[in-house]
Amino acid sequence: MADCGEPDGPGNKDDIARSKNEGKELTKEEKQRLRKQKKQQKKHKERKNEKGPSETEKDETPVSLLPPPPPVATQKAPSALPAPASAPIPVPASAPFHSSPAPSPADKPAKSKAELKAERRARQETDRAAKQPGSSSSGIKTKVPLSELNPVVKRLPEHVQVDDPAVVKRLAKKLERQQIPLRSDYGYKVSLFSHLHQYSRKAPLTQLLSIPSTVIHPSIVRLGLQYSQGIVAGSNARSVALLHAFKQVIRDYTTPPNEELSRDLVNKLKPYISFLNQCRPLSASMGNAIKYIKKEISNIPSQCKEEEAKTKLLKCIDRYIEEKIVLAAKAISKYAIEKISDGDVILVYGCSSLVNHILCEAFEKSRKFRVIVVDSRPRLEGREALRRLVQRGISCTYVLISALSYILPEVSKVFLGAHALLANGYVMSRVGTSQIALVARTFNVPVLVCCETYKFCERVQTDSFVSNELDDPDDLMVTRKGKTQLENWQDVSSLGLLNLVYDVTPPDFVDLVITDLGMIPCTSVPVVLRVKNLDQ
Amino acid sequence: QEEKRLVEYFRTQVRQDPEVPSAVAAIRTLLEFLKRDQSETILGLRENLTQTIRRLEEADSSVAVSSGGELFLRFISLTSLEHPDLSQCKKVMVERGELFLKKISLSRSKVAKLCHTFIKDGAKILTHSSSRVVLKVLESAAADKKRFTVYVTESQPDSAGRQMADKLQNLNIPVTVVLDAAVGYIMEKVDLVIVGAEGVVESGGIINKIGTYQLAVCSKAHNKPFYVVAESFKFVRLYPLNQQDVPERFKYKADTLKAVEDLAEEHPMIDYTPPSLITLIFTDLGVLTPSAVSDELIKLYL
Repeated sequence: MADCGEPDGPGNKDDIARSKNEGKELTKEEKQRLRKQKKQQKKHKERKNEKGPSETEKDETPVSLLPPPPPVATQKAPSALPAPASAPIPVPASAPFHSSPAPSPADKPAKSKAELKAERRARQETDRAAKQPGSSSSGIKTKVPLSELNPVVKRLPEHVQVDDPAVVKRLAKKLERQQIPLRSDYGYKVSLFSHLHQYSRKAPLTQLLSIPSTVIHPSIVRLGLQYSQGIVAGSNARSVALLHAFKQVIRDYTTPPNEELSRDLVNKLKPYISFLNQCRPLSASMGNAIKYIKKEISNIPSQCKEEEAKTKLLKCIDRYIEEKIVLAAKAISKYAIEKISDGDVILVYGCSSLVNHILCEAFEKSRKFRVIVVDSRPRLEGREALRRLVQRGISCTYVLISALSYILPEVSKVFLGAHALLANGYVMSRVGTSQIALVARTFNVPVLVCCETYKFCERVQTDSFVSNELDDPDDLMVTRKGKTQLENWQDVSSLGLLNLVYDVTPPDFVDLVITDLGMIPCTSVPVVLRVKNLDQ
Repeated sequence: QEEKRLVEYFRTQVRQDPEVPSAVAAIRTLLEFLKRDQSETILGLRENLTQTIRRLEEADSSVAVSSGGELFLRFISLTSLEHPDLSQCKKVMVERGELFLKKISLSRSKVAKLCHTFIKDGAKILTHSSSRVVLKVLESAAADKKRFTVYVTESQPDSAGRQMADKLQNLNIPVTVVLDAAVGYIMEKVDLVIVGAEGVVESGGIINKIGTYQLAVCSKAHNKPFYVVAESFKFVRLYPLNQQDVPERFKYKADTLKAVEDLAEEHPMIDYTPPSLITLIFTDLGVLTPSAVSDELIKLYL
C-alpha cells in the first residue's frame, strides 16, 4: 500500500512503509523481520558510502526468492518445502543479480517495491516453514551451504528423488566433496519406481575407490562391500555389523590438534555414512543406531580426555547392542512364548532372526508345535530359516508363497518379522509380507509381528512405492537345464525387471505387535514413540 | 485362617451391598488386609498382597477382581516409598489405597454421566444380560426425562437377563425380554446396543458374558453402533487373539474350576469381542475408541 516509490528520503519512506505493513502482524517472524529491517536501514546508510557485498548477500537472501521463479518454483514443488531447502540454490544465481543494481538513489524506490514484495514472499515462506514442526525462520538468514541444511527441517530424502536431475546433481556434488565415488544406476527402471536407485551387484562401489583410500576407514569399506554383495543381510545383522565397524573406527581415531573430539568425530562419520548409503541404502534400524551414536558423541564433555572418551563411547555402543538387540530378543521371546500353545501350527515367512530365536526358545521350553516356512524368489531366504529350525529338531514344512492359500487352512498363527514399524502403524518388511497378512486375515488366522523398539521410526508411509529399495534386476534371471531365460533382457526395450525388497502392511491386517515393552496393538506405535521420546 | 477370614470379609461385602462392583469389594478387602498386615519388609508386604489377590481370584473368578487387584497394587506402590520406617510407608500406602477406593467408587456415576447423552429421545436400546453399569446409565437417561424402550437378551445359562428386566421395570422403563437366539431378528428394530464388560483387554476388545460376541457381529452386520460401558479398573493386561486364547481361569465360575476335572465338558461363561466390532468404550477416563485403550493402559501400567 505504501509502495508508491517516492524518490526523496528513500531510506525513511521505506522504513515507514515497511513498518506500516509490519505493524499489523505481531508474530515472531514479524518481530524478526523488523529487526532485520532495522539492520537493513543501517546498511542502506552504509551502502551510500560504500558497497558491502557480503552483508548485502546475506540480507538479500530472502529477496533472492523473488528472482527467477521458474527454477525455484519447480524445485520447491516436488519437495513441497519452505525456503531453507531452496534458498541455497538461488543464492549463487542471484548474487550477481543483486550486485548489479548498485545501490544508487535512483534505484532505491524500485528496490523498495521489490524488497517489499520479496519480504512479503519471504514472510509467506517463513509462515509455511513455521507450520513444519521445528523448522526455524532463522534458516533463511544464515548462509546455508548446500548439504548442511537445518537438520530439523524434514525434506524428502535424496535417495527417493533419483528422477529429479537437480537432486542428483546436488548429491553428486556432495559426494565429490566427501571424496566418495558415485554409483551409477543400472538397467531400465520400471516407471513407477524410477525415483529409486537400482544398482548392479557386478559393479561394487569399491572398484571405483582408489587404494589406499584415505578418506574412508578400511573396516567401513569392508562393511560396505559386505552390504552391497548381500553377505551381511537382515536388519539386525546389518545394525550389529555397523556398530562393530564404528567401534573399530573409534578405536583407530585420534583427535587432530586444535579440534574437539565431540565435533570432529561426528564430521568424520559423515562421509562413512554417505559411502555406506551408496553401497546399500540405510535401513531404519541403522538410521536409529547412527542417531544414537551421534548423540552420544556430541554429548562428550570437552574436558574429557581422548582415551576416556573413546572407552566411554565403546561402552555406550556395547550397551546399545546389548540392551536393544540381545536383551530385547529375550524379552520378546518371553511374551511370544505365552502366545504359543501346544498343538499350534505356526507359519513364518523368510528368515527373521528374531522369529527364529522365538521359535527355538519355545522349543526349548518344550512347547509342542510345528512350523510351516514360506519362501519366495529370488532371495530364497526361507531356506536359511528352514536350516536353522530343523537343526534344532523342530518339525517343519516348506512351501513357496504361491501355495499360501493352500496351506493356510492348516495354520493356527502367523509370526512375522519386521524391518521397521512406521509411525502410522504400518509394518515395513520383506516383500511378500503384506500378501501373507492379507490372506491370513481372510482366513481369520491371527497375525503377530515381532519387532524390537529400536526399529520404530518416525516416518509415515501408506504404500510401498514412495520409499523402497530396488535390488539387482539380474537376480531375477534363472538358469534351468543350461538355458537362461531373460539373459538378454536389456536388449528388449519395452522390458523392465523389478526386484523389490520391501513392502508395507497396513495395521488392520496385523493383530498384535510383540515388542520388548510388551504386547501392543499395531495402532499404539506412536504411543511408544512418544514414551520413548519422553525418556530421552 | 487369615486368608479364610479375608475371603469371608470379601463375601460379606458382596452380600451386604449387591450394587458394589466385585472389584471394589476386592479392593476393600485388600485395604483391610493391608491395615492388618504384620510383615516386616515391603517386599514381604507385596508378596502377601499378591497372595491375597490370588485367594480372592479363587473365590470369585471374574476378570474384574484380577484387574482391580493388580491396579490396586500398582497404585499404592507407585509412590516412591522412601520413608525409612516401614510403618510410615504403610501409612502412605493405606492413604493412597483409600484415595484409590474413593476414586473408583465414583467411577460408575462418571460413566453414566458420559453415556446417557448418547441415548436420544425415542431410542430403542438392546442390551445383554445383567450389568449394573448399564443399569446406571439407563437410570440417568430416564432421570433426564428421555423416553426409550429396552430389549434385554435372556442370557442363559443363568437367565440374568430376566433380573435386569425386573430392575428396569422398577424404574418404569418399558422393557422386553428376548431369547438369545432372537438377536438377529430384533437387530433391525433397535437403534443402538449398549453392553457392560467384565474386562477390557489391551487390544481394545472386551470380555463379557457369553453371547456378547454374537451381539457384536450382528450389530456390525446391521451397521448399528455397539457401545461398551466399563469402569477403568476393569482394564486388564491380557491380549487374547481369539476365543481360545482367553485364559481358562476366567472362562468358568470359581466353583466350577475347583470342582470339575475335565473342563472340556463345561460351557464357558464369557467370550471375547474383538475391537473391530466395537464403536466406542465409555469409561470414567473419558469416551475412548478401542485403539485408545492401549494408550490408556500404557499410561496406567508403564
